[in-house]
Amino acid sequence: MKSETAAPAAYCHDNIIELDGVSFAYKDQQVITDLNLVIKERDFMGVIGSNGAGKTTLLKMMVGLLRPTQGEIRLFGEPIRKFRDWDRIGYVPQKNAFNPLFPATVREVVMSGLYSNKKLFRRVGKADQQKCEEAMEVMRIVDIAGKRIGQLSGGQQQRVFLARALINQPDLLILDEPTVGIDAQTQADFFELIFHMHAHHQMTFLMVSHDIEMIEGYLGKEPRDRCGGIKFYVRHSHDQSCEIPGLQHSLLEDAQVPLASK
Amino acid sequence: MEILTADFFQRALTGGLLIGLTAPLIGIFLVLRRLSMIGDTLAHVTIAGVALGFLIEVYPIGVGLVFAVVASFAIEKLRKAYKGYAELSIAVIMAGGVALASLFFTLGMGYNNDVVSYLFGSIYTLDTTDLYVVGAVTIVVVAIISVFFKEMFLLTFEEDAASVSGLPVKLLNLLITVMTALVVSTAIKIVGALLVSALLTIPAACSLLIARSFKTSVIFSVVIAEIAVVAGLMTAGIWNLAPGATIVLLLIAMLILTLIGKKGFSA
Ligand SMILES: [Zn+2]
Ligand SMILES: [Zn+2]
Repeated sequence: MKSETAAPAAYCHDNIIELDGVSFAYKDQQVITDLNLVIKERDFMGVIGSNGAGKTTLLKMMVGLLRPTQGEIRLFGEPIRKFRDWDRIGYVPQKNAFNPLFPATVREVVMSGLYSNKKLFRRVGKADQQKCEEAMEVMRIVDIAGKRIGQLSGGQQQRVFLARALINQPDLLILDEPTVGIDAQTQADFFELIFHMHAHHQMTFLMVSHDIEMIEGYLGKEPRDRCGGIKFYVRHSHDQSCEIPGLQHSLLEDAQVPLASK
Repeated sequence: MEILTADFFQRALTGGLLIGLTAPLIGIFLVLRRLSMIGDTLAHVTIAGVALGFLIEVYPIGVGLVFAVVASFAIEKLRKAYKGYAELSIAVIMAGGVALASLFFTLGMGYNNDVVSYLFGSIYTLDTTDLYVVGAVTIVVVAIISVFFKEMFLLTFEEDAASVSGLPVKLLNLLITVMTALVVSTAIKIVGALLVSALLTIPAACSLLIARSFKTSVIFSVVIAEIAVVAGLMTAGIWNLAPGATIVLLLIAMLILTLIGKKGFSA
């Protein structure tokens, strides 16, 4: 761990993602050049950029799907190549990442959030099924648990993938364009929910989005960092007013009380 | 009817039942990942191995199996080199297989009957050794799939999410391809190289129409394949038809019925 880099203003939380001089080139094209970036625990980082600015590339590097051509990435203080605690990261992919004709029920998809490297050679037990039911309850998808994922509306699918990402109660939630192809009201509810989770729960967020209004509304008008055409907006939080451990309790309340009333 | 109790028919039935289990198990993963062509490709490569086996007088299915496994590694390598162009690597390997096969054929003084029987299948000529090989492959495939079933589900559903969950994606991909090679090379004596991909893909195609969950679609495709194998062998045995072709035609009939039934339900 290198602590000498760009001495932080005042220490309050550990670094969750660190990028040191990261560059990425695809063939002859330089996509990302010498990016230094820190995401601290309890940060909400919004990433905005035009198409082709390299947002997706960046996200893929941060979760180990692509290797930077230069520089180093650390997750939870660990160089990404040695990182093993993947169950600490929840990942909500872009909406069209799966085949809509795939025969998988909502329950099967949510459950698959548990299949990390730590679950290899282990059976799915009662406790796992319980986790799955809870995650579905929280996201209000219990009544569609037996439906095929491809038959659902965009908003329902999004809740399924969010339930899957939350099933391990991750420390870091990564969202890749979570609201593409979803109607305005569902989008607003969705943002309300994750902003609440950030504001009052022990979680860190990284979200790639095209929705500048939403991002600026919660994270402020001024990006903290820039890299080429990509802008990074950050808001930090210390409040943990939802003190009962885990997410389930309060999300369940959110689910009963209409989201807008918070 | 006495054919049904004959030894060779019993062996055929046993071999058919085993392949009827493994082929759809692998096939569903291939179909869902849009890699159906891999089965066909590996079948062509296997034929090259079988031809070589006849040429050098070594157990043909054994040589074919080695060829198929080597080709499956090559496909995985090429798939990485041409990311997003899986069908390109598949086409290259397929062409290589066909070329090698015809080379060995001509070296062996033309197509002999034995080799032709691998093109169209000759389930009645299964001997005990063949059964042992098919049995061993079945055990390996069923064991690997039951151990990694949940991981393979996630890999097939969404490869990126599998990576981000820290799963050994490369290893799992390789396992699927190698298992395909094992199944295809042992299945060609039963349905023939030209029809092997039908046994891999049609059961999956049927079950995708009716199953809602992944688990049921796996079960359905195995059941459909087994029905086709048993009914196909019986029909072929009684009316003296070509068994491999009968099995495949039955599968196609079942697919058509499923399609019609589905239309009827949704209408
Ligand atoms: Zn802090
Ligand atoms: Zn709360």
